[in-house]
Amino acid sequence: MSASQPLSSAQTIALVLLRLFVGWHFLYEGVIKLYTPSWTAKGYLLSATYLESFFHWLGSDSMISLVDTLNVATLILVGAALILGFCTKLASILGIGLLLLYYLAHPPFPGHPQGITEGSYWIINKNLIEAVALVVVYLFPTSMSFGLERLFHKKEIKTQST
Amino acid sequence: MSTDKKLFGGFSRRDWLKSVAGLPILGSVWAAGWDTTEKSKLEKELLLERLNIKASPPPPSGSMEGNPVRIGLIGFGIRGEQLMRALGFATNEWLEAMAISSQEDPNDKRLEDFKAQENLNVKLVGVCDIFDVRAEDALRSFNTSDNPCKRYPTYLDMIHSGDVDAVIIATPDHWHAPMAQAAIEAGVHVYVEKPMTHTVSETYLLREAVRRNPGAVLAVGHQHRQTLSFLTAQDAISKNTLGHISLVVTNTNRNDDNGAWQYRIHPDASPETIDWNAFLGSAPFVPFNKEHFFRWRKWWAYGSGLSGDLLTHDYDRINCVLNMGIPKYVTASGGVYTHRDGRNVPDVMQVNMDFPEFSTGSSQESGKEKGMSLVYSATLGNQFDRGTVLMGHDASMELGNILTIYADPRSTQYKEMIQDGRIDPAVPIYQYDPSANGVDAVTSATAKYFANKGLLWTYRDGKRVDSTFLHIREWLSCIRNGGNPSCGIDEGFEEAITAHMAGLSYKTGRRMEWDEETEKIITLPEEELDAILLDNSVSYVS
Repeated sequence: MSASQPLSSAQTIALVLLRLFVGWHFLYEGVIKLYTPSWTAKGYLLSATYLESFFHWLGSDSMISLVDTLNVATLILVGAALILGFCTKLASILGIGLLLLYYLAHPPFPGHPQGITEGSYWIINKNLIEAVALVVVYLFPTSMSFGLERLFHKKEIKTQST
Repeated sequence: MSTDKKLFGGFSRRDWLKSVAGLPILGSVWAAGWDTTEKSKLEKELLLERLNIKASPPPPSGSMEGNPVRIGLIGFGIRGEQLMRALGFATNEWLEAMAISSQEDPNDKRLEDFKAQENLNVKLVGVCDIFDVRAEDALRSFNTSDNPCKRYPTYLDMIHSGDVDAVIIATPDHWHAPMAQAAIEAGVHVYVEKPMTHTVSETYLLREAVRRNPGAVLAVGHQHRQTLSFLTAQDAISKNTLGHISLVVTNTNRNDDNGAWQYRIHPDASPETIDWNAFLGSAPFVPFNKEHFFRWRKWWAYGSGLSGDLLTHDYDRINCVLNMGIPKYVTASGGVYTHRDGRNVPDVMQVNMDFPEFSTGSSQESGKEKGMSLVYSATLGNQFDRGTVLMGHDASMELGNILTIYADPRSTQYKEMIQDGRIDPAVPIYQYDPSANGVDAVTSATAKYFANKGLLWTYRDGKRVDSTFLHIREWLSCIRNGGNPSCGIDEGFEEAITAHMAGLSYKTGRRMEWDEETEKIITLPEEELDAILLDNSVSYVS
């Protein structure tokens, strides 16, 4: 977003909602996993249908504990950052990375086994759509309108003007 | 403070709201997640407390310290090789093949697992095999400076040599009992493959021999007794989790040549390399026949077909959990329907085993429930996995490496919890996966999907200890430290008699009845049961 092309209020509200909702989803997933000690991504990783050797390595005994911890931490941090409106660009990139990993482990490519899904997908699924949503969040930052960054944004304006 | 005031001087209440409104949202989402997991944890704990099933592993068998046990192997065929690996001895050929295989597939952990296996402190001092090629194969790999190993001309030479403390018997079925009995009577410990015996009379004779020689330890090769989930199943049954079990179904489903005992015929097999008369033993004479030698499981003269080879596994699995003993009645049917290649043991077989006096407990009014059927259903022409299920009035238990219990929608003991929506009969109330970290009371559809696909198995393979290794270790521990093997002579007696009753019922078309008082099969009192069981004349080739 450039200052010369301000968004309408409705557009800003829509973008803020998009950011909040994605953050909400990330945070809730992370918190549920955090408080469920028996949760592990092992099954998801070992059943990968694409880039198997990479995902099997992530799911291996030596890696899985680190992978699980990083996954939960990233989900919570990305979720919190998007909701609070703080470091949203970095959070968007991390979120996109995580979603692409989820996507690539079980991509709905034609001919690939689909496993259990709640819908029908061909190439595009909800992980990919959420990743693209985060691309939008990245390109149209809104945390200066709604979020902690507004504090610093205001501060800067104030500082510049005095 | 004054600086802060100056810095944020231009902030309206609206600005503040827009800056920090994310905080309550974050708090709400976090609290909702915490609340959801806590509630489900409480429900789970309540259910686990209610079920009170102990999922603790069994104590490991005793120390392997002391003088090495001197072992002799009789029969270095397919199973003999597997048993030797469990004992810590792999052939050079196997080691080379596994090294290549693990290079090609990093997930192939067989070599790694073998190398990580505990040293059982044994010496393999002797080998007996009537096929020269196999005996020489064994010596080439096992006769080393660390482990001098020699070939004995006959099993009797080995048993009476004074050089062996224990023998492992992995021969065709018709040799199990004669060899085991000779060893036990010579005070030599025995690990014998299943079925323990080939005839009814041998079963009594071997039991007598073991009772007369309490110093010699006999173990029957039902290695699944070491599977952790079965021990957990025992505990669940003892807590009356399932209520009265009226039906147990177990199955064999195979659909490949190896599974139908069409083993490879070695190109070097000939009357010169095989001691044919030694192979035949008590079996009716037939001229040298390579197929009989390598595919002996296909004929009653040497093997016992589905009832002796595979029913015994399933029967013993259930007997290990329920301890229900020998069935009062056995009815069997089937035929040679998938492999009409000259064999005379059935390749499709259904066996109903009835225990009219047996009960696992009840949650209903006293006297309403008693009696159970165990159904074994097998085909060598289809490999759809039907699983093993123990079906009780209150719950059903799927028994595999992973143990899963579902409440029955019409259960008496879970009635209120089902009505309250705290138990969903479609979702397991208990699941135990020895490979996972803990016990899960409520599993997700996805977890079940992964488990069913066998993915958790692959993962377990990485860490799993071979159950045959554990079983042999238990036998060695009993030899060294005393105690009884989990599958000893009494369990072997029950397994063998049940298998023979199934074979007899199949052959006669009659329901076989067992009398617990006299410990006799009382059907057909005028007939020679062993002659019927061994009758090798029936052929189904049209």
